[in-house]
Amino acid sequence: MEEIKLIEIKENILSDNDEAARQLRQKLANEKTFVINLMSSPGAGKTSLLLQTIERLKNELRIGVIEADIDSVVDAEKIRQSGAAAVQLRTGGFCHLDAAMVKTGLDGIGSKDFDLIFIENVGNLVCPAEFDTGAMKSAMILSVPEGDDKPLKYPLMFTVSDVLLVNKTDMMALSDFDTAALRKRVHKLHPEMEILEVSAKTGAGMDQWVDWIRRAIENFS
Amino acid sequence: MHELPVTESILEIVVKHAKQNQVSRVVSITLEVGELSDLENEWLQHYFDYLSKDTLAAGAELKIQRAPIVLKCRQCGHEFQIQKDELGLSDCPQCGTAGDVSLVSGRQYHIKEMEAI
Repeated sequence: MEEIKLIEIKENILSDNDEAARQLRQKLANEKTFVINLMSSPGAGKTSLLLQTIERLKNELRIGVIEADIDSVVDAEKIRQSGAAAVQLRTGGFCHLDAAMVKTGLDGIGSKDFDLIFIENVGNLVCPAEFDTGAMKSAMILSVPEGDDKPLKYPLMFTVSDVLLVNKTDMMALSDFDTAALRKRVHKLHPEMEILEVSAKTGAGMDQWVDWIRRAIENFS
Repeated sequence: MHELPVTESILEIVVKHAKQNQVSRVVSITLEVGELSDLENEWLQHYFDYLSKDTLAAGAELKIQRAPIVLKCRQCGHEFQIQKDELGLSDCPQCGTAGDVSLVSGRQYHIKEMEAI
């Protein structure tokens, strides 16, 4: 009988992606292009929030968007109409973006010609949290109708994001969303997380969000 | 939900080590996956069987060890283990500080070892 050998491996399964993300961040830093990875569940308002953000920043920054919504060109069209450049990645049912896919998008849009690029990640609170995209910052959107208990259900997403946007605050009166409870839950997972309350619909809180972006770019360059 | 790309990566690393060690067949692979990850064991094995069909690792069993979630209190330095559903709920059991913790363990995605012939 053949002998069974035990072979020690000790390798990180995601090390290829982590390395690709690191290289991408380095390349973007050299190009002076700031990239924000935007994550949320489907319908939390990523595209509306982006349109409102572009509107407020388009006169001071050259903005591009990489869209990863599953097999649809609707979002990219809306972005182009706003005046920003957009590329649509065909993710073909993939549940998240990884650094290699983001690189394809950045090459496609020509990242060096932009000051700020948003990655609109696939709408999903699970998988995108596990894959480093190569972005400098990750922002998460949670909309009021989704409820204040999401940090308990999707803790990793709240751990890896740098800023949390609570969107659709215009619907607060219609729901039992408890902002204080949400803040407490988020800060227990991630004490440094900045939480901004916004409404892409009414524009409330949007100035604080674009200020956050300006500060992040300033600290980076 | 992203078992497929993760499985591709596992297979690639395993085949590389199998060749380096000049073995003819991989019997089992031991993974260490953090409790915070949402990987499903069944799907991992299912995808692995599918992807590994014509490789040295065909038929290998995936043994998945879950690494616990460990937090460290940033006030007193105490490290403590919690369950996934306690995240965001538990205070430091030593000094009682609420919510000033960093994650020590729970996100791992490691291949520890494999058995091969």
